[in-house]
Amino acid sequence: MIVLALYAAIFVASYLLVKSIVHRTTTDYASLKTVTFGDESAVVPDRLASFVSLLTIFLLWAAFTGSSLVPSFLHAPGPFIGTASFDYTAELSDGRRDDATVTVIVSRAGDTPEVPEVDPGDGFAKNDVDVIGAWRSGLVRVDRNDEVPEGVEETVVAVNGEPLAPGGTVQTAYGRVGMSPKGTLNFEPAKGWQMEPIWLPSPEAVAARFVDIARDGYRDSTLWEHLGFSLFRVVVGFLFGALVGIPLGYAMGLSAWFRGWFDPIVEFMRPVPPLALIPLVIIWAGIGETGKIILLFLAALWIMAIAARSGVSGVNIAKVHAAYSLGASKAQIMRHVIVPNSLPEIFTGARVAMGVCWGTVVAAELVAAEKGAGMMIMVASKFQLTDIVIMGIILIGVIGFGIDMLMRWAERILVPWKGKS
Amino acid sequence: MTGLVIENLSMRFDLPNGTSVQALQDVSLELAQGELLSVLGPSGCGKTTLLNIVAGFLAPTEGRITLNGHRVTGPDAERGMVFQQGALFEWMNVRENVSFGPRMRGLREKDYGANVDHLLNVVGLRDFMEKSVYELSGGMQQRVALARCLANDPDVILMDEPLGALDALTREKMQSLVLKLWKETGKTIILITHSVEEALLLGERLLVMAPRPGRIHREYRLPFADMGVSADLRQVKKHSEFAARREEILGMIWDMEEEIMGRTEVAS
Repeated sequence: MIVLALYAAIFVASYLLVKSIVHRTTTDYASLKTVTFGDESAVVPDRLASFVSLLTIFLLWAAFTGSSLVPSFLHAPGPFIGTASFDYTAELSDGRRDDATVTVIVSRAGDTPEVPEVDPGDGFAKNDVDVIGAWRSGLVRVDRNDEVPEGVEETVVAVNGEPLAPGGTVQTAYGRVGMSPKGTLNFEPAKGWQMEPIWLPSPEAVAARFVDIARDGYRDSTLWEHLGFSLFRVVVGFLFGALVGIPLGYAMGLSAWFRGWFDPIVEFMRPVPPLALIPLVIIWAGIGETGKIILLFLAALWIMAIAARSGVSGVNIAKVHAAYSLGASKAQIMRHVIVPNSLPEIFTGARVAMGVCWGTVVAAELVAAEKGAGMMIMVASKFQLTDIVIMGIILIGVIGFGIDMLMRWAERILVPWKGKS
Repeated sequence: MTGLVIENLSMRFDLPNGTSVQALQDVSLELAQGELLSVLGPSGCGKTTLLNIVAGFLAPTEGRITLNGHRVTGPDAERGMVFQQGALFEWMNVRENVSFGPRMRGLREKDYGANVDHLLNVVGLRDFMEKSVYELSGGMQQRVALARCLANDPDVILMDEPLGALDALTREKMQSLVLKLWKETGKTIILITHSVEEALLLGERLLVMAPRPGRIHREYRLPFADMGVSADLRQVKKHSEFAARREEILGMIWDMEEEIMGRTEVAS
């Protein structure tokens, strides 16, 4: 909630700030429009906003993970690290009372701090020392070194002078001291606002992990092998899907019999999410490459068939009539009218199909695979290697975005007449 | 027999709701080589159906069409077609569009190139031949369509409201161009239009069709097309006979439209 409120605050503040500082000096046509609310063409993305948006996400991420990439004054309060101490008051069943001090060394996970010797002090309650990891909590058995005579019960009755009963807690400057129903103390050092690395690692940890895996690989394969295998499956599955789907779509667009025959199949298979086919494909073809390529083939097939079909159906009958009147044969009409006319639709379908295939391959690898981007993050998640998971998600996003950009670029080059009729 | 002969053409088809439509009834017509016929009529009179049958896109239920002695059974390069709009190929540039017919017949650039360039010159698009057709204005696109049709050297040119989507000024220029091309090439032309003025200006012969069933209502022979070849079209329009004919035909179509509207009212 805090993060969300902070995010909204930055959104509003940066808007007001940018608006008051940056005065648009452009005098192009769009800048002269007085009606912009409701005019879609007057709404062009403000690139400054995009920049601030990405910066905000990065800063929030860095601030709440204590990243070394941003100055420390931007950090959200971190967990308590260092030497904490609190006093406790113990009472024996014969009525005697004594105070002692507990020293707790709070260290980051993975560090092995030196445990100092402490002076046991006077009285029957002796001073204690313990080690607890940051973001963790631990039992503090204060009575284990206390000198309690036989037949006498010791109970802790107060911490730092504040009375404490079983089930209760006392806040100290270093964290929370609680008492279990059986009377044992536990200490939870202050956690601060930052995220623990196993939930959300800092940006530099993710980057370091990326460098690490790019160099050494993960699970017997290099990072490029993981990503390359995912991409290879997508490309091969998509190509097979297009190779079968486009001719099928053409046949459905050109022949009533084909249309009638395949319509029920295509219309039924289209709304079935490819992910729902994973179990069946695993049963039939196993978890190897064949199964994955069959799955992606099925994911791309229906999309490409429907795109090709609507590309053929979308041809203006006047164009076909004109071509016949100019003496073109059926084959020439196919080659010079129907195919070029359907290319824009096919490209749109190909973009959708590539997106769906990319999503499907990651999901299929999550289920079962030996190599692949999805397998990488799934295995990492089982070992709580959140940095690999986040790195994998970012890479999957970047590749998906790259595929879409590539398809758009190809579309611009190859079908410049799209949307121009 | 040379020229286009249409004999006792009837066209009747069933609708999904069980009724049937008599789109054309007993239409007969003879058109000599080089004649320009304009066809006029209220919507639903079957003029586009007639044109589609002549083009070979539809088969009549009765009657037959012969061109220069042989029967018309399907579309062919001997009968070129100019559509209202949207019939150009966006994936080809202007010159590729115009040379489409010759290229489909397997001719080489050296065989058709000079003729295509000449036609582009005639329609005033020489400087635009490398442009994509979607970069052109509506009037220019129709000039491409005209040139594309002429490049194929058809015997008959069928025009389905070719100027209907153009603005008034462009339309007037295009009317002059159609007359000029007609005179220069000597093609037989059938032109369908909604505009009485255009039908009078361009039609050497004028056919007024009536709806329900679609049939020939009246036929005229007019002098205005010949006048328009040499004179300004605006001068032709000032002619007293032109005005008289226009009023006569407008009244005729007006009556037909009213009859349809009246019938619709009774029916509902």
